[in-house]
Amino acid sequence: MTMPHEPGRMLIVDDNRVNRLLLTHALEQSGHYVSTAENGKIAMDMLREKPYDVILLDIDMPVMNGFEVLEALLNDSELRDLPVVMTSASDELDRVVKCIEMGAEGYLVKPLNPVLLRARVNASLEKKRLRDQQRELFRTFATPEVAEQLLREGFSLGGKYVTASVMFADIRSFTSLSEKQEPTDTIELLNNYFALMFDAITGNGGTVNQMEGDGMMAIFGAPVFHELHCDHAVRAALEMIELLNVFNEQRAIQGRGQIQIGIGIASGRVIAGYTGTQHRATYTCVGDTVNIAARIEKYTKTAQRPVLIDRATRDGLTGNFITDDLGDIMFAGKEQAIHIYAVTA
Amino acid sequence: MTSIDRLTFNELKQISGAEFINELIDTFLDDAPRLFEELKSAQESGNADSFRRAAHSLKSNAATFGAGQLAELAKELETLGRENRLGETGDRLNVLNEALTSACDELRGLKS
Repeated sequence: MTMPHEPGRMLIVDDNRVNRLLLTHALEQSGHYVSTAENGKIAMDMLREKPYDVILLDIDMPVMNGFEVLEALLNDSELRDLPVVMTSASDELDRVVKCIEMGAEGYLVKPLNPVLLRARVNASLEKKRLRDQQRELFRTFATPEVAEQLLREGFSLGGKYVTASVMFADIRSFTSLSEKQEPTDTIELLNNYFALMFDAITGNGGTVNQMEGDGMMAIFGAPVFHELHCDHAVRAALEMIELLNVFNEQRAIQGRGQIQIGIGIASGRVIAGYTGTQHRATYTCVGDTVNIAARIEKYTKTAQRPVLIDRATRDGLTGNFITDDLGDIMFAGKEQAIHIYAVTA
Repeated sequence: MTSIDRLTFNELKQISGAEFINELIDTFLDDAPRLFEELKSAQESGNADSFRRAAHSLKSNAATFGAGQLAELAKELETLGRENRLGETGDRLNVLNEALTSACDELRGLKS
């Protein structure tokens, strides 16, 4: 038997032993891993225990029937996207329609035709894999929260006003890097650095939406609004500095060059949205707040302080942070001075 | 008259392979009397839902093996159960029992 598809983890839910046996046999012949449950309740327990790729679900079962399983799946954010194929008798198609409306992906009529079964299962598996990949992709540049929202609601191009905190971070200086530093060493250094910074940002609810050279931009409080976006941004900044210190200590021990960074944060209204095309889009923010954050970040070099924030960010803080008032700073091209604070702890 | 439609059965056998078809038949033979008992006691106690479910399973299994008459009878009983008309089964249970027995006998003979 040919096995053009990767094996998947199948869960067969049917109270009828003959049906379970037949399905198990057919799917195992196709190389899949098969588990079975004789009613919906057992199936739900199994689904919460370990991951599956496709569910084959009977409608009429004791204890918990197919409809109730579909409803339970819909209400579970972890299981909502799992493909479900209904297996039903030919005289219950009216009920199958209801299942499709409740989110089932398709149906097979019993007695099962193995060719149709294989095609249906492989199509569902493919869909599951695409969904998993998409989820993984979202997670690499967004928090799980944002990824879930995108998967649930999709995204539409076009912006809206949101109140958020914008962060810019840049490498201010490489110190004592020898001239014979290999290009691969520099890339490795940057990758390790970015990995740490990502952890600090996403760990505090932020989304990295731009990376260029050795600089990055992140946004807190969007795409998913959060009241405490100022706290989150500042906490992320402090964590970034802390992680960087550990990183530098390790590099010092290895006799390798160290990094100093500058972080600027501004808060307020930004225009945020997805720009690009339906096939390739990034979450972007523009507006005065973004410009201010970029300016403040540049100013860290002059100020000799690693973390600077604007007044709106400082006024938005609710946690216990220690800030130094650096007063009004005039920036070229700006008519109004910007009041800046350095965050020390 | 045979109870098992050979076309359906052979197709099932081809899909399953000679070894597995025996296991399937054994499962059918094992479950059939139990399902019939469920049907009977559900009728006696007036439990329409349990009656419907047992008839549904019998229907499904009968259809799988090509036991057409048995499937039809089970389907009629399933409908009566769904519509809560257990008083109107007449002698259908006896007829079904006969059809079930002859289907079981024939399936035993079809084991290889």
